[in-house]
Amino acid sequence: MPLLPPAGAGAEAEASGTHYVLAASLDKARHLSTMLRAVHFRDVATCAATANGLKVTVESAKCLQASAFIQAGIFQEFVVQEESVTFRINLTVLLDCLTIFGTSSLPGTSTALRMCYCGYGYPLTLFLEEGGVVTVCKINTQEPEEMLDFDFCSTNVVNKIILQSEGLREAFAELDMTSDVLQITMSPEKPYFRLSTFGNAGSAHLDYPKDSDLMEVFQCNQTQTNRYKISLLKPSTKALALSCKVSIRTDTRGFLSLQYMIKNEDGQICFVEYYCCPDEDVAETEL
Amino acid sequence: MGWRGAAGPCSRPHTPRLHCAAAGKKTACTGRHEASGCAAMKCVVVGGNVKVLGKAVHALSRIGDELYLEPTENGLSLRAVNSSRSAYACFLFAPLFFQLYEAGGPDAHGELFRCKILMKTFLAIFRSLPSLEKTVSKCLISLNPRASRLVVQLHCKYGVTKTHNLSFQECELLQAIFDKQLCTSTLCASARVLVDAVVHFPVTLAEVTLGVGPSGKVSLRNYVDEETEPSKTMVTELCLSEDEFQDVRVPQETQITFCLKEFRGLLSFAESSNLPLSIHFDTPGRPAVFSLEDPLLEVHLVLATLADSSASSQAQTANGACHKRVPDEDFAADDLESYMIAMETTTGDEGAEPPPSPTFPMRCPSPATALEAERSTLDSDKDEDEDGAVPGTPPQKKFRSLFFGSVLIQAQARAHPTPSQEVLAEDSEGEC
Repeated sequence: MPLLPPAGAGAEAEASGTHYVLAASLDKARHLSTMLRAVHFRDVATCAATANGLKVTVESAKCLQASAFIQAGIFQEFVVQEESVTFRINLTVLLDCLTIFGTSSLPGTSTALRMCYCGYGYPLTLFLEEGGVVTVCKINTQEPEEMLDFDFCSTNVVNKIILQSEGLREAFAELDMTSDVLQITMSPEKPYFRLSTFGNAGSAHLDYPKDSDLMEVFQCNQTQTNRYKISLLKPSTKALALSCKVSIRTDTRGFLSLQYMIKNEDGQICFVEYYCCPDEDVAETEL
Repeated sequence: MGWRGAAGPCSRPHTPRLHCAAAGKKTACTGRHEASGCAAMKCVVVGGNVKVLGKAVHALSRIGDELYLEPTENGLSLRAVNSSRSAYACFLFAPLFFQLYEAGGPDAHGELFRCKILMKTFLAIFRSLPSLEKTVSKCLISLNPRASRLVVQLHCKYGVTKTHNLSFQECELLQAIFDKQLCTSTLCASARVLVDAVVHFPVTLAEVTLGVGPSGKVSLRNYVDEETEPSKTMVTELCLSEDEFQDVRVPQETQITFCLKEFRGLLSFAESSNLPLSIHFDTPGRPAVFSLEDPLLEVHLVLATLADSSASSQAQTANGACHKRVPDEDFAADDLESYMIAMETTTGDEGAEPPPSPTFPMRCPSPATALEAERSTLDSDKDEDEDGAVPGTPPQKKFRSLFFGSVLIQAQARAHPTPSQEVLAEDSEGEC
């Protein structure tokens, strides 16, 4: 898809001496907005761009961190002038702008995007074009804040399961929200993988056998039962809905990592990751 | 069917109070069951029947907020009643419906265990009918009074199992007292015909009038309140020819008005199970009985019908009219007898206390008055006070409540000699 007007506008700006620390263009803005929607459970997100791509992170209650990774390869152009470009932005506004021509994905129509950022203190500029109509959006950026470091490293992973998302979708959609927690049991023995809720009307357990066709990888080394605040995990349903596979890992401290593999309509693969602290005394988790 | 058709003294439904009473009872009863060690109910539903069960729960959820679950020798019965007690439904799944059915043994006192659960909770398990059909291969329901949990286990595709441990309240028997044999009029049609007729009414329509003309012409019309200005309303009337029905037996021109919501629920169930629906009804104001029968399953929906407007403007609604028209033995077989038996029980129970005046209801047997009973020991006195008030107070709605009998599993009830309980069961056998 030709992207002449925005590119032209960009070139004009460049010619007039503006220096972009981040410039990216994308034929289908939908590829970006879909990924952002998977982590859109808070208004404010931190964006970090490196040569590898764009990482958009949202945090909640100092216990949950969700990041969407949109690798450079997804973009037709992705130029970062510094080692890392970081800013905070209102995600709701960013999503509204990206979908300014509507969210419907009629065949043959797509919004093209060029995204530019001049650096600290400047707004993020979006040029959106569809059917010859161009919209320019400038979204104010905010001071980047320190992000949580969950220090989740793969060497400390105790249990790991990769499931087809289909198997979890219904489970998450039906979660008994009167339960405070979602208890996850992973074990080399029965019940292998169990999701439990304890609500007003009683408890519910969902068991997945390790030889299920849904189970792609089952590497559980020891029995672990951890509880996570259901209110924290519920937002991950958005990522689950978009994904085809999900990797569920817990480390020695009971921290949970949920990685969602999301395939866009062009067959490109992106990832969304959620980290969540177990539901226990704050003193113990020592963030 | 082994109904125990006894009506206790009536009370207005008062949900919070009943909750308390039942909760108090539960602890005591659980203890009792532990001591007597009664066997657990267990049943297994497989294949397409899981969806049938799900559909039944959906139909019941249109009626009440609580689901009454009772395992009997004749099958598993699921019942619900609405808060104003003008609608009652009972689904009885025969043992043949299940791959495995164990009603569980009676306890030391010959009582089978029964319970009620929040409809919302139970419905959540069967919420998505398409996914139920697609993914669930087997559903296991077990009720172990000792464990204090009703367990519903769904075996799904890919070896996934969902286990729901639901808390329940032990409860009294919920039973509407009706006898379709005594209804003068009968219609029977395939569910499809009725679904196609009802679909023309707006979803918001509350009540519908079913009329049968002298030539056997059946009509369905949206009910219009007398207070509504005729110029501002639209009346939709559908006429169905007698040929559309499998059976039309209506001795005289009749029109009955009933709530559409509950009827729609049953229709959607009937349509999916492809069973003909029979409607038994009588004069306006008398309950209408909608039923489906199959070797595997028996469904009854009892809906109050609107009393004749001319009659209801008179002091005591249509009771008088009914009184004249319906022969006395009708009352005896219908509700009065069971009412009297319940009186007897009450006298037995409450020993020294003066029995609630049985004379009033006997002298003025009012089949159309609210005679519902879901009583508990804790508030029986209060109930009786209210009973006295019920016949005198004009009904809030024009729909009259149905008759409900309830038999409590409680200490006093057990003090009652067993033979009389059997009599109750026998007497009411024919009613259903």
